[in-house]
Order: sequence, then C-alpha cells, then structure tokens
Amino acid sequence: MEPAEILSHTGGGAISLAWLMIVLPLAGAAILLIGGRATNKWGHLLGVLMSVGAFVVAALVFLQLIGLDPAQRRQSVNLYEFIPGVANIGLLIDPLSISFCLLITFVGSLIHIYSIGYMSHDPDRRRFFAYLNLFVAAMLLLVLADNYVALFIGWEGVGLASYLLIGFWQYKPSAAVAAKKAFVVNRVGDFGLLIAMFIIFAQFGTLQYAEVFPAASQASQGVLTAIGLLLLLGACGKSAQLPLQSWLLDAMEGPTPVSALIHAATMVTAGVYLVVRSGAAFFPEGSTAGLVVTIVGVATLLAGAIIGTAKDDIKKGLAGSTMSQIGYMMLAAGIGPAGYAFAIAHLITHGFFKADLFLGAGSVMHAMNDEVDMRRYGGLRKLLPITFVTFFIGYLAIIGFPLLSGYFTKDGIIESVMHHNAILGWLAVLGAGITGFYMTRMVVMTFFGPKRWDEKAHPHESPAVMTWPLIILSIFSVGLGAYLILSNRLLVFLGPAVGQPAELPGFHPFSVPGLTTLALVAVGAGIAIAKYGRSEVPVVQPRGSFLTVFARRDLYGDALNEALFMRPGQWLTRLAVFFDNRGIDGVVNGLAAGVGGSSGRLRKIQTGYVRSYALSIFVGAAVLAGAWFVVGTL
Amino acid sequence: MITAPTIEYFALAPLLIIFGAAIIGVLVEAFAPRYLRRAVHVPLTLLSLVGAFALVILQTVRGVPTTPAAMGSVAVDGPTLFIWGTILVLSFVSVLLINDEEQFVPSAAAVPGSAEEEKAITEGAAHTEVYPLALFAIGGMLLFPASNDLLIMFVALEVMSLPLYLLCGLARRRRLLSQEASVKYFLLGAFSSAFFLYGTALLYGFAGTVDLLGIRERLAVGGGGTETLLLVGTAMLGVGLLFKIGAAPFQAWKPDVYQGAPTPITALMASGTLVAAFGAVLRVFWVALGNDSWNWEPIMWGVAALTMVAGSILAITQTDIKRMLAYSSIAHAGFLLVGVMAVGERGQNALALSGLLFYLVTYGITTVGAFAIVTLVRDPGGEAWHLSRWAGLGKRSPKLAGLFAFFLLAFAGIPLTSGFFGKYAVFRSAVALGEAWLTGLVVLAVVASAAAAFFYVRVIVLMFFSDPSADGPTVVTPSWATSTVVGFSAFATVALGVFPQPVLDLAEKAAKSLFVQ
Repeated sequence: MEPAEILSHTGGGAISLAWLMIVLPLAGAAILLIGGRATNKWGHLLGVLMSVGAFVVAALVFLQLIGLDPAQRRQSVNLYEFIPGVANIGLLIDPLSISFCLLITFVGSLIHIYSIGYMSHDPDRRRFFAYLNLFVAAMLLLVLADNYVALFIGWEGVGLASYLLIGFWQYKPSAAVAAKKAFVVNRVGDFGLLIAMFIIFAQFGTLQYAEVFPAASQASQGVLTAIGLLLLLGACGKSAQLPLQSWLLDAMEGPTPVSALIHAATMVTAGVYLVVRSGAAFFPEGSTAGLVVTIVGVATLLAGAIIGTAKDDIKKGLAGSTMSQIGYMMLAAGIGPAGYAFAIAHLITHGFFKADLFLGAGSVMHAMNDEVDMRRYGGLRKLLPITFVTFFIGYLAIIGFPLLSGYFTKDGIIESVMHHNAILGWLAVLGAGITGFYMTRMVVMTFFGPKRWDEKAHPHESPAVMTWPLIILSIFSVGLGAYLILSNRLLVFLGPAVGQPAELPGFHPFSVPGLTTLALVAVGAGIAIAKYGRSEVPVVQPRGSFLTVFARRDLYGDALNEALFMRPGQWLTRLAVFFDNRGIDGVVNGLAAGVGGSSGRLRKIQTGYVRSYALSIFVGAAVLAGAWFVVGTL
Repeated sequence: MITAPTIEYFALAPLLIIFGAAIIGVLVEAFAPRYLRRAVHVPLTLLSLVGAFALVILQTVRGVPTTPAAMGSVAVDGPTLFIWGTILVLSFVSVLLINDEEQFVPSAAAVPGSAEEEKAITEGAAHTEVYPLALFAIGGMLLFPASNDLLIMFVALEVMSLPLYLLCGLARRRRLLSQEASVKYFLLGAFSSAFFLYGTALLYGFAGTVDLLGIRERLAVGGGGTETLLLVGTAMLGVGLLFKIGAAPFQAWKPDVYQGAPTPITALMASGTLVAAFGAVLRVFWVALGNDSWNWEPIMWGVAALTMVAGSILAITQTDIKRMLAYSSIAHAGFLLVGVMAVGERGQNALALSGLLFYLVTYGITTVGAFAIVTLVRDPGGEAWHLSRWAGLGKRSPKLAGLFAFFLLAFAGIPLTSGFFGKYAVFRSAVALGEAWLTGLVVLAVVASAAAAFFYVRVIVLMFFSDPSADGPTVVTPSWATSTVVGFSAFATVALGVFPQPVLDLAEKAAKSLFVQ
C-alpha cells in the first residue's frame, strides 16, 4: 500500500492546536533563559510542566487522529508562511510524526522529572532545564515539520541544544571538547542534508513533503540516489552511524539525563526519522541508496556492539549499545516498507528501555559519587534494589529476552531483513549475540559479585523523584513490544504515513533465525557470566588482548578520523594559511585596499564646497543629457 | 468667459487638511501668546496628520477614484493613496521626534555663541514655527507624488523643499554646521529645481502640454522631428527628480545636509521626502514617459548602478553615524531604482510596483527608528556622531545598542527583518521579468548589499565587541515621544519581517488600481 495523500487540515480539534507541542517547551526555554536567576526557585518545575503539557497535547492530537479514517490521517497544518512557496513553517500530523511526538514528550517528561532529583545539587539546574526544554522543542519541530526547511531548523536546533547540554559542565575541559566534537561531526552530516535540500529544490522547485514525495518518481535515478545518499550522510551525523559515530561516545560527558535524552528519545532517532520519512521517495525498496542504508546499519550495529564489549565505563558501554541498536533501526529502515514499522517499533521500545538503562546508570552513579568505572562497582544489587530491578528489566528487554519489548521488535527486524537479504540478516543475528554478552557483562559487573568500591563510597538508593521514572520506564520496557508488534498494530497504524507491505508479516516465534538469535544471546550471556561472574574482576583494567584494545579504542575510529581527516585537515589548513598569506591575501588585501582606497579617494570628491557639488550636478546633468542623446539617436 | 475649475474636495481632503492645519499654525504663530503656542501646535499637527490618514483609509475603503481630480492635475489613485498613507505615518513619528525642544535653536537669528543666544536660551525661547513649517513640507510631500501635471509637480516640489531648507538650519547644537547644511541644501535645491523647470519647458515644447497624460498621448503619436526636445527635456527633468532621491551623481548634498540638519528633520527628510520623490519618479517616468522607456531605461540603469555602488563604497570610510546613514540612504535609493525599472509600462508589473511600495514603507520606518536612536546618544556638545564614541555602547546600554543593531540589520536586509522582504520583493520582481540587463543589475545590487552589510555590521561589532571608553557619551532617558517612535519602528521592523503579508497585500491592491490613465 502506498502512503496516503497529505491533506491540508481543515476544521478544528486538537490537530489545529498541535503547534502548542512545540511552543510550550520553547516558551519554557525562553522564560527560563530570559528570566535568569529570578526563575531559579521554580525553574525546574516550569520545565517539567511545559514538557508534560506538550505530552498532553500530543496525546490529544493522537486521540483525534485515530478517530479519523486511515486515508484522512495525514494532515498538514500551515502555521506561518515566510516566503510563499519556498520557506514556511507547517506541521505534518500523521501516524509517523505523532508516534515520535508521543515518545519524545513522554520519555522526555520522565527524564525531566528524573532530572529534578539528579541535578538537585547543581547550582545551574534552571539553565539545565531550559536547555532540556529547548531540546524537546527542537526535536518536536524536526519530526512535526511538513517540509525540509522547517525540519532543518529543528535539526539545527537539536544540534545546538545537544552542544549546550553535552558541554553543560563546561568547566571540565573534556566536556567542552566533547561538545565541540559533537557539534563539528554533526556539521558534516548537516552539510549533507543541506546539499540534499539544495538538490531537491533545484529538481522539484519546492521543499514541501506534500509536493516533493509524489513528484520524486519523475526524477532521474541518479538524482534520486544522490539525494538519498546525502540525506543518509545527514542521518549518519545525527544518528551516530558509521562513519560519523565518533561524537556519541564522547557525548557521555554531559549529565546522565542528557545522555538518556540524546540516546533514547531524541537526537539519535532523528536520522532514522529522516530516512523513514523520506523513504518512499528517496529510499524505495531495492534502490542503491536503500542498500547503502542497510550496509551502514549493519556495520554500525556490529561496531557498536563490539565497542560495547570492552568498555569499563558504564555510560560508554551503554553508548556503544545505542550505536548498535540504532544500527538495527537503520538496517530495517533501509529495506523499505517491510522494515519501516519494525524500525519505528524498535525505536519506540528502545526509547523506553534505553532511557530506563541510562537513568538506572545515572542512579548508580548518583549512589557512587559519580563513579562510572564498572570495575569499581559490584554487589550493588542489595543496596539499590529499585535501581537493580528496573535496570535488570531494561537489560532483559535490550538483549531480547522472550516476551519482553526488545524481543518482539528486534526479532521483527531480523525476520524482515532475513527475507530481504540473508547475509545482512545473519549479521544482525550475530549482533544480537554480542549484545547478550556485553549487556550481561555490564549487569554482572555492576550488581553482582563482591563489592569493589572504595571505603569512602556509601551507596544509597536514589530518591523517589528518580526511582518513579525508572519504574514507569521499566513497565513499558516489559509490555510495549508485544503491544506494538502482535497483530501488527503499529504496522497498520503507520501504513498511511509510510506505506505498508502487501502482505502483513506474521509473528513466528519458532523460526530458525528467531531460535538462533535466542541461542546466541544465551551463549553470549553465558560467556559473560562465566568470565565476570565466576571469576574475580580486577579493579584495574588489565592490558587485554589485541581485540579488547581494538574495541576499547572504539575500533580506532578516533585514530582513523585523526589520521584520515584531522591531520590532513590541519595540514590543509596550514597549507591554506600559507597560500592565504602569500597569495590570496595579497589579492584580497589588495581588493580590500582597493575598495577602501577608492572609498577614500572618492571621499575627497566630497569637498564640502557647495560650488563643487553644483559643478558635479552640472557635469552629471551634461553626461545624462549626452547619454540620453546617444541612446535616443541610436 | 472663465469657468471656475471643478475641485473634487473629497479626493483632495487629506491634502487640504494638512495645508489648512499649516495655515492655522501660521495664524497661531501670529496671534497666540508665546507660552501657549507649543501647546496648540503639537495637538494640531498630530491631529491633522491623524485626520488626513483617516481620510486616506476612508478613500481606500470607499474605492479608489478612476479619474484625476482638480481638472486632471492631481491623480488620486491606488499608489498615491498608499504613498500618502506611508508619508503620513512617517511624518507622524517624525513629528513626535520634532516635539523634542532640545533639538531646535531658541533664536535662529542670533549669532551662534553670542550673548543674544545665551539670553534666548535662558528666556526659554523656542521656534515653534517648526510645526507649521513641517506641515507645509508634509503637504508638499503629499502633493508631489500625486501631481498629474508638471507645473503642479514643480509647485509641490517647492512647497516641500522650501520649509525643509529652513528647518535644516535650526539645529540647536553645532549651529554653523546646521546653517551650512541649510544654505547648501537651498543652493543645490534651487539649482536642481532650475533643471526641473527647464525640463518642463522643453517637454512642453515637445508635447505642447505639461499634462502627464498629454505628454503620454503625444509620445504615442510619435515622430514630428522634436526628438531633441524630448530627450533633453527628459534628461533635465530627470536631474531634478534624481537630485531629490539622492541618486548619483546628484548625491553630494545628502551627507552634508543629513549631518547638519537637526536629527528629527533628517528623519523626516530621509523617510518622507524619499518616499514622495520616488512616487514622483514613478509617475513621471511611467505615466508621462512610459512609451519612451527604451530611451531612458539604459540611463536609469547606469544611474541605479552608480548610485548603489557609490553609496555602498563611500559609506565604508565614514566615521560619522549620520553621514553613514546618509550614504546608506543613497545606496537604498539605488536599490529602489531597480524596482522603478521593473515596474514597467503603464505599471503592468503590479508585483514590482507593490514590492517597491513595500520597500518604501520598510525603509522609511527603519530609518526613522535609527535616527531616533541617534538623538539619544549624546556628548556634552550635542549628539555623539563620531563612530568612535559608539564603541562599547552595547556594554553600557545594551537595550539601546541592541535596538540600533537591529535597525542596522534591517538596513542590511537580514531575514526576519522588514528590510529583507523589502529587498526580496523588489529584487524578485526584477528577476521575474527574465530580462538579462535587469537581472544583471539585481546581481550588482546583491553584491552592493553585501558590501553595505559590511559597514552596518562594523558598527554592531564596534558597539558590542569594543571596550567602552571611560568618558563615553551619555545615553539620555528617552521622552515618551521618542520611546514611542523607537518602539513603533522596532515593532514594525519585526512585524513586517515576520508577517509581511498584510502590508504586501495592501501594496498589491494599491498597485493594481494603477495610475489614473
């Protein structure tokens, strides 16, 4: 089934108020930033309120949307025309965008609430909430936009907010560097998106989804592939896919709720959103661009998983797993309509269990004086019971333990990819096995075994304002997958927005790939238990084998970037500076001197003598009359 | 037997109100006691402007007349009404600035720095004549673009200019500079008026009439061996008009006069006069000489190119804020001339005409706002004009510097300001014609805008990224009137930059009910 036509919204209801979703958190950010210290006392509450308010609006819009006939479920609401036909701000309310909105606002609100506790001792808590609100608003604009221009504004807004949040503790040089790195790497992706937009505008004369998507099939194959690959470059930047993954691991320098927000509900999902949103037009089934998306997805899911196996920093381990899970989504998004629903389903369930895991990790750090090295944890099960239970549920969900969320959605991805391309499918299965290993390692090192922490640490359970979000998230981590996947609920719901395959897939729990996946996960978990549960974990990181070091160093991604781009880039800049000084500057300075000089010379005409002014008028008049004469008699 | 002319009083009512109020103002000067004058003048002036504006709106709502008024000598049509509305709004805010007594000399006849002047200041004397003078100038501005007859247009030109010559010489501070500006403006203005009048005479020789429509008809017939009269006549008339808009090579007066005149008067000239002069240029070149456009368009092209380049380049080395704004005004006149050329025969190109009208509104409002801010930054000897005095202003009064930076960005045409849409509307309509020579001019205009952006941004950098000097200028607390002007200008600059559509629609509606033919 093809996606439904985009109708322009008429009539009222919650849909016509959808703009409130963006405006509420944006207003929150504005009030908190402009209000300054005067809002310190209640700033965090306002931030939470705005985020929850956005969720309420999203829920109302959702209710109105499901009340409509499926063919009517894509509606665009034009809010503001900047340059008619070129740039406007309009919202596209459809099943895809509203799914994102619900995820962003719901998980986002829980993260806001959690942050009240997590940031309670930080003197800049208000500013933190302002940035969180800004982040949510930008992300909502990104997913709600009905054209690429507005999407780009949201896209850049997310980039800005992530920069501000990753570098929130800017006094730490590592945080400042990480923020800069995230920003720069994202710029590379943004550049791709921008060029893609230029080509789209040159080709179709518009950037409106409603006009671009139907017209896409008329463009030549080469143009479509170019647009697709450039959009993918943009997606890789935001979603931390190879080769633009390097910022994600460093982004852990931000406060933990930021990591949860970036990794679970917002930023990294933007790339998947872009691919799915543009999918029918630029990544159709069997296209070259689609194939590249799947390859990038598989490569990233394996790379992320391998990085995850060797990290001792609990947050970096989770960051590796995010890369890997987003890789799954990209993989599914690349195969076309058969995969979109699973990509989005995994994205949603991942949003919940990854938020659960990150906030759980935050809770552990909160208990351990911000210690992040898992080698200094151990045996925290009894001291942090709520954190342990919720983290454990998140863990079961992410490894795909039967009947939990991740089981249904990851299995769906593997099954649909298997139909598409068996090699990619088996690589995805392998990735699931590695996930079983590194996640088990994390749980064992943190919560089981003997305690390895300092005498000074006094682990304690976090306050209720932090544990309740964990509990809610873990409940969703249990049940959401089954709800979305069984009887193809999400697939049918998303149908009008992204199209759906002619044949609805069934759920096959006992297929060969499904059983193999489970077996591999069990093996992975078993190795982890054998290695870290049975034997002692050294407090100091051992040297490790060649492979371990390889994984620890993020597969030498940074080294590669440094050797391939940074060093040559620096050489290039040095060379450029050299040439600039010697060659171009001479010209430019000459030019500037020319302009300035001619300005200076011309200025002398302005003598201040009225007689010379009159003379200039007279000469001008003579020249004009002469010119007229010449033109007239030609 | 002589028949009395028929006068369409309703169509001419805005003009009549302004001139009537001006004459009452003169009577007030003659009969009212000194202490009462100002109290009468201010409400009288403002109310007459409001009343005239209300009548313009009423006429627009009631439907635009389709025939010229006053025996064919005044054309009250769509563009006229739009320009009237614009001039009246700009005049209203300028008069609010003029309301600031500090700006005007207490006794113009006294020698600067003499005992008489000292005495006049202590006595609290004031030249309340500025109000009726301003009203006469405004009345001239209204009539100038509406004239459908070259003689009426000449009269309007003089009615508009003579009071301005006087007003230019009334600055309280830097008296000599002000008087010099006044004399220069008067001499050069008289010189250019002579050109205008000579052109009128030659065109009369060509067409046997000074009526714009008559000239048009004569041109349509063509031939007759009097081409020379037409060509030289057009050139001379053009000099007179281009002088008023400050196009190169007739721009020399602008920086000197803008600098020397009291800043509120500069605001009135830079906004109202410019709008009026462009209305007159449109009318002369497209109503009377539209059939001859292939003759004058190449020359206009050259003038526009020269104007924007000269304005942008000369502005770069300016060190005086008012002179810089004057050069910026010259550059903008060049950009506006691009729009004039795009308007086309009989103003068929309503898109271009509406773009031009919109540009005039946005530029006028932003200009008044910018000059209003100039009045607030003061040194002991008067306003702080030298750019070096503005260094670090952003640190000492961030609000004022922020607003000024915003106006400068609007001049530069940055998106989300009204200036962006003004430029966009004019340039787009010129490019849309698809003619290479016009597109080339637009390219030049964009390059010139970029060069112009340099000196606007330089001021912003100066204000925000330099350290303030210890004995920096003081920023006076604005009076309610000045705050209103700045607030209104800033609001309009934002509003027209974010929601330009209502005014664009209005301009387009005005442009469609084109010049009375």
